[in-house]
Amino acid sequence: MAVVAEAQFHVLAVDDSLMDRKLIERLLKTSSFQVTAVDSGSRALEVLGLSEDLTSSAAVSPAHNEIEVNLVITDYCMPGMTGYDLLKKIKGSSSLKDIPVVIMSSENVPSRINRCLEGGAEEFFLKPVQLSDMKRLRPHILKGKSKEQQLQQEETSITSNKRKARDDELSPERRRPRLSNNSLI
Amino acid sequence: MELGSLQRRYIDFTTALFREGFLDNQYTQLQQLQDESNPEFVLEVVTLFFEDSEKLLDELSRTLDQQVVDYKKVDAHVHQLKGSSASIGAQRVKNVCMAFRNFCEERNQEGCLRCLQQVRQEYFLVKSKLETLFRLEKQILAAGGSVPVLW
Repeated sequence: MAVVAEAQFHVLAVDDSLMDRKLIERLLKTSSFQVTAVDSGSRALEVLGLSEDLTSSAAVSPAHNEIEVNLVITDYCMPGMTGYDLLKKIKGSSSLKDIPVVIMSSENVPSRINRCLEGGAEEFFLKPVQLSDMKRLRPHILKGKSKEQQLQQEETSITSNKRKARDDELSPERRRPRLSNNSLI
Repeated sequence: MELGSLQRRYIDFTTALFREGFLDNQYTQLQQLQDESNPEFVLEVVTLFFEDSEKLLDELSRTLDQQVVDYKKVDAHVHQLKGSSASIGAQRVKNVCMAFRNFCEERNQEGCLRCLQQVRQEYFLVKSKLETLFRLEKQILAAGGSVPVLW
């Protein structure tokens, strides 16, 4: 866990406003994140290695992505693909669905907020986004990372236990709910 | 003007801007994000605000001048202006935008035109105040001093 906590995480920021992009980029960098800022949902999908034309089953696997993205933070109101549309595309992709997504909006519309949260967004930030909001990002990334780590650990133990031939028993084990008492920052 | 007077002038001017509601805490947030690695951050963001706003004000005039006013379009522009003014802490501009949006909803052309005039006024006011502020900062730095930190 200590290694994960010290790593510099990479956030993909999506906003059609140049001003807001500049702001969010500065907020993120000041909070020690690596940042890639793009101006549209379709650009975001390109960066994530998922072309709009491909269905999730045809998506490029994470190993082939140019950059690893640990969290996506996106504006809600954008021309073309909205932040919500982008959220659904990410959550609908087998390779990207575990990337935490945070939505930003200057409008406090409860139905919009609920829709985003129900659509799989981790959080909803009201604009203008503050420096203090940045603290709320790391827990979402770490939550995803430790889930990823545990799955990887389980996979390693599976392949190293060839002699014990427990393969058929492993699927139910993997689906066992994870009891987390990891202390997150 | 010598450094001490410049700095005092800066303090008085800034304090008044906040007291009179031209700027709010969001502007302070911007200042806090500026450092040696990004010494022009506030200026850069505010410059973008100036560019965005003037474009929007022109668009608003054009849209409200049509025979049949597209209120959805007007509202979209005001929403953008409200967002960017909120982002830099231009409180008075933001407040007029809020009233402006209500008139859009009511499809009240007269109300909208009044708000446009008001928002333009507030915008040019805050623009000139910010330009003065930046000028003072430049003068202080040129005189070899540092800009007082008021937060």
